[in-house]
Amino acid sequence: MLPETMPHRSAILNDIFGRLQASSFPLGSDGEDRIVQITFLVVALIGLAILGWVTKKKKWGYLWNEWFTSVDHKKIGIMYMILATVMLLRGFSDAIMMRSQQAIAFGSNMGYLPPHHYDQIFTAHGTIMIFFVAMSYIVGLMNYAMPLQIGSRDVAFPFLNNMSFWFTFGGMVLIMLSLFVGTFSTAGWMGYPPVSEIQQSPGTGIDYWIWGVQIAGIGTILTAINFLVTIIKMRAPGMTFMKMPMFTWTTFCTAGLMLAAFPFLTASLLLLTLDRYLGTHFFTTGMGGNLMMYINLFWVWGHPEVYILVIPLYGVYSEIVATFSKKPLFGYASMVYATVAIMILSYLVWLHHFFTMGSGPSVNSFFSMTTMLISIPTGVKIFNWLFTMYRGRVQMTVPMLWTLGFIFTFSIGGLTGVMLSVAPADMLLHNSLFLVAHFHNVIIGGVVFGIFAAINYWYPKAFGYRLNEFWGKLCFWCWQIGFWVAFGPLYVLGLMGVTRRLSHFDDPSLQIWFVIAAIGAFIIFIGILAFIVQLVVSYMHREELACGNDPYDGRTLEWATSSPPPAYNFAFVPKVHDRDAWTDMKEHGYERPLDGFNPIHMPKNTASGLVIGVLTCVCGFALIWYIWWLAALTFLGVIVTAIYHSFNYEREGHVSVDEVRQFEQKTGNWKSDVQGAAA
Amino acid sequence: MNTTAVDIASNQPREYFCRTEPQAHNGSLLGFWFYLMNDCFIFSALFACVAVFGTSFAGGPTAAEVLDLNGLAVNTALLLVSSVTFGFAMLAMARQDKRGTLTWLAVSGVLAAVFVGLEIHEFVGMIAEGAGPERSAFLSTFFTLVGTHGLHVTLGVLWLIVLFTQVVRFGFTEANVRRLRCLSMFWHFLDLVWVGVFSYVYLIGVLR
Repeated sequence: MLPETMPHRSAILNDIFGRLQASSFPLGSDGEDRIVQITFLVVALIGLAILGWVTKKKKWGYLWNEWFTSVDHKKIGIMYMILATVMLLRGFSDAIMMRSQQAIAFGSNMGYLPPHHYDQIFTAHGTIMIFFVAMSYIVGLMNYAMPLQIGSRDVAFPFLNNMSFWFTFGGMVLIMLSLFVGTFSTAGWMGYPPVSEIQQSPGTGIDYWIWGVQIAGIGTILTAINFLVTIIKMRAPGMTFMKMPMFTWTTFCTAGLMLAAFPFLTASLLLLTLDRYLGTHFFTTGMGGNLMMYINLFWVWGHPEVYILVIPLYGVYSEIVATFSKKPLFGYASMVYATVAIMILSYLVWLHHFFTMGSGPSVNSFFSMTTMLISIPTGVKIFNWLFTMYRGRVQMTVPMLWTLGFIFTFSIGGLTGVMLSVAPADMLLHNSLFLVAHFHNVIIGGVVFGIFAAINYWYPKAFGYRLNEFWGKLCFWCWQIGFWVAFGPLYVLGLMGVTRRLSHFDDPSLQIWFVIAAIGAFIIFIGILAFIVQLVVSYMHREELACGNDPYDGRTLEWATSSPPPAYNFAFVPKVHDRDAWTDMKEHGYERPLDGFNPIHMPKNTASGLVIGVLTCVCGFALIWYIWWLAALTFLGVIVTAIYHSFNYEREGHVSVDEVRQFEQKTGNWKSDVQGAAA
Repeated sequence: MNTTAVDIASNQPREYFCRTEPQAHNGSLLGFWFYLMNDCFIFSALFACVAVFGTSFAGGPTAAEVLDLNGLAVNTALLLVSSVTFGFAMLAMARQDKRGTLTWLAVSGVLAAVFVGLEIHEFVGMIAEGAGPERSAFLSTFFTLVGTHGLHVTLGVLWLIVLFTQVVRFGFTEANVRRLRCLSMFWHFLDLVWVGVFSYVYLIGVLR
């Protein structure tokens, strides 16, 4: 198959190793290979240090039993958060490389990154930040908080939840592997044909991108099904839909979007795969293919995807604003309707990503108008948050700072979005740095700020101690200021007509803007360092920062249980009477029962998800390198594992009354000395 | 111990927790239905390809030239009948009739397997005539949509075999009954998709 892409050597070697050969590894001595070698060395040293530490402390059994094979939604959520943080560092180092390249590559100076390396970097940056940072963070947050908020013991399908994580992990491994084995895609994070077709990109890059994203995408679809069923079937008695916490509502809408959008990603990647592997003609330039079909299908997923990312964070902000304003959320019902309206409208706007396709004034006007319409429910939300704060006793905690920063930054990003939604204006701004500035404005200002807000907000629940305020505030201010220093200049440059994805410029008058942008990126870098320091410092001072079960006088059910919560979440399933269930319980003098427990049924841990995820990852690797025997073997392995797993009928164990009593009596009435926020 | 708080408005004690474990809801059927919706979206993307590429013959054979309506009639009949027989299996299960269930399951499985066999035969024939998936965008779409459906049916047959052995060994346990219901949904769903394929790809394809 596709002989021109196979190495010239004996057929038997090609059968065994596919197109993998010595030169697939970066063993050369040119500058580019040196960069990769140094990166590999650093990664290998850090990796070995971690593995060595785990082995020395004899923690493998603990990791395997308590984490890797765990079906506990809280642990899976934390694993997602760790994965996302690691990938944030990777994605951000790509960003720093791009910013520094663009700051110096003017005139005769070509910078330090040759174009084909630069292309891999912006592709990796986009792919990683969307699929493995933002997605993993939001799935992690939803996993952790949603089941607690609805008073359930776990998600509906705990095993699938574990498997979803390992699919995401498998996808991540493939993307990371492309750094050291072969090359990554140069076609941008959307992988548009014809560049992503086999004729233009015969190497492994696009295949790494396809399989990495495809495998992670399967995990996301399973997660969506899981969350939908959990919310529909497993709410605590009394919690009607209009009594659900706002974050649960947004999780519900996001899961619905995931379910209805990700299949289109699966389909578009599948068709591209067939074009590349079997020589079909969906998106080729000849033989009846049409590349715009890919772009349409891709954005039928792609536009809902940006709402998949931001909607859960709308929920986070809603929780935070209400908690720290000491008031119920203003306009709860309108918030719900606004979220649902955004969810539906997000399906009707995909064409605004390519007004330049030339589909004519009527089609463009339709998509222009639907795009503008989205700003209405979004505006409703902004005003709801503002009115929640109005006359509230606002506490300027770290999560609240992030929320205020979000309202300011995201609103401006929304306004530039409305500018882009005007089709004639978009003809000029399409693929310019103005667009790049806009979507970073909403994704950083909306998604990233929200993720940091959520981490600061729920960390005490997950670990029993607060995060350090000083480093948290430093992190916030670095991101807030760094963001504007980095992306303000891109708005200016974009309006002047500079297009995206260039590794070199001729006009020296532009350089100053890129230098400013690079400074902004370094300020953000300090912000990321501050976040890491915050985690470390807080861990070291965890005794002083110990916070009790309900550190903020919270409003929703997750604050009704211990910090950190037990595996079974609630010793007795709560009964809900009001919207802010926990506030209602406190107002009515509820006291947590410390006796009279029942044994609790809980799902048992299983390694099947891990095995299937790892086999799928290896299968992806084999397909990328055309190692057909390995692909067939691992695919068979996946099916056999699934069948084997289906013969296991004993999937539940139970937590005994004694264990429950012990835990509840120890932690049930834990209050810290400092009530309310420290600030 | 104060376990109930007082409702201020009605002065009635308000329960804030369930003293006994509430009946666990099983969400498998709903979850599986959501999975089918996901599949439905994948198929809808492929049907969109038929809409776009349905006449992109690229100078190659047209739909009217390569599609065999007689074979289609046999194929469709097999699949539709297998849906009916699967329904009989579910009815037998409702009567707790293990023998009847297994018999009808086997009949459904055989019918579906023959369907897949005929489809492979059709594919091989077309490729031999030079009308393979790489000939034109129309043929790429045809092979992908029909092939994806065929792959689903194949996986359905595999699942049926596994479930057959599980029913033989463990009987109508709660888990097995649930799984049979899921497989039944899968089976009927694939039938519905086939109705789309058969009318949109074959019948309309031959006309246009």
